[in-house]
Amino acid sequence: MCLAVPSKIIDIQDSIARVDVDGVVREASLLILDDVKIGDYVIVHAGFAISKLDEQAALQTLSDMRSMLAADSARNGASAADV
Amino acid sequence: MGLKYIEEFRDADLAKTLITCIRQESKKPLRLMEVCGTHTMAIFRHGIRSVLPDSITLLSGPGCPVCVTAQKDIDVFVAFSRLENVIVTTFGDLMKVPGSGTTLARQKAAGADVRIVYSVFDAVAIAKQNPKKQVVFCAVGFETTIPTIAAGILMAEEQQLDNFCIHSANKLTPPALAALMETEGVNIDGFMLPGHVSVITGTDAYRPVFETHHTPSVIAGFEPLDILQAIRMLVLQNETGIPALENAYTRAVTDQGNPKAKAVMHQVFTLCDAVWRGIGTIADSGMQPNSAYSRFDAGARFNLDLPEVSEPKGCACGDILMGLKTPDTCALYKRTCTPMTPVGPCMVSSEGACAAYYKYA
Repeated sequence: MCLAVPSKIIDIQDSIARVDVDGVVREASLLILDDVKIGDYVIVHAGFAISKLDEQAALQTLSDMRSMLAADSARNGASAADV
Repeated sequence: MGLKYIEEFRDADLAKTLITCIRQESKKPLRLMEVCGTHTMAIFRHGIRSVLPDSITLLSGPGCPVCVTAQKDIDVFVAFSRLENVIVTTFGDLMKVPGSGTTLARQKAAGADVRIVYSVFDAVAIAKQNPKKQVVFCAVGFETTIPTIAAGILMAEEQQLDNFCIHSANKLTPPALAALMETEGVNIDGFMLPGHVSVITGTDAYRPVFETHHTPSVIAGFEPLDILQAIRMLVLQNETGIPALENAYTRAVTDQGNPKAKAVMHQVFTLCDAVWRGIGTIADSGMQPNSAYSRFDAGARFNLDLPEVSEPKGCACGDILMGLKTPDTCALYKRTCTPMTPVGPCMVSSEGACAAYYKYA
């Protein structure tokens, strides 16, 4: 029900964005989300963009996980190339 | 090449590392509850249960809006479909949910004008195209969906449509968490909080319930790494004995949530008590049009006098939603209750715990 997928804004006309979802283009209303521009990734739910995805936060999450992987590899005596 | 926000969060090596950490760190038996139907499905689809240690039990809570829609509300939707010159519009997953008598799908098959829509905007468009008919939208959703319905009402107002209204069975997540924790016998060591509800509400919305009950709580996204990371954080909180309210979905969820969506929601709706199927009435856990928008409330436009109903005998959906039972321990599961002949709502919705168990377990 709350399935919502990351979609890239490729055009904005008034309060309607055209978004690309893995090659499929559809429309999403911007009536309940402020401060978005072409090129942003948003989460679209039931025809509405509800959230802008924060690239820095996403990169930080992945970076934290990779540090954990490196620490885990070191603990288990494996080199990074083995993982 | 920038992030795509999907593949990166399905990285197999990172998933293996998270699984290893969880296996090493999890000592105590834990009962963790996800409160989102999309999490329920994602956990099954990605095979998360099969990689967790035996010490961790995942429970599916009241996180599927269709599953917690009261039978009486389904009866109201069906009653609208029986009226002359009324078009009932609904999200698709509500069609097969049984009320006390029949379903919207059977009503449609019998000739009623029931239409599935993808967005509330489609329902508003149908109202515009059919000025001589009344269009009722079955409003069933949590905080993710409620602002979209509010935006639909504002659009109907702007277009001066006097033939569009909603019957609200909308529900709010934090009051349900509080009600769960206050129910005798409920035993939950941590909540995996719904990512897309939290996009709207923000982390802060859970603070009052967290500060009352101190249940470990982590907001999670929907990719495998998101879910594993949230489980690991819940494990660590339990093992250290330091409960916290944490956000593992920082790329989408902020402390304050989406202010515009919340403003639109509160412009149109006000709090009301709501009946949760299988759980009962929870105070201030619903949202209905406020006095300025009451003309968009179907209850104010139609006078339906429906009898009180009781839930089907033997159905354990209520206990399942509270984590007191699992679907496979319900006497009806796979016997009289199947996806083709669902008795309770958890078997009807594709995101219901029973339907997910039936499909994957």
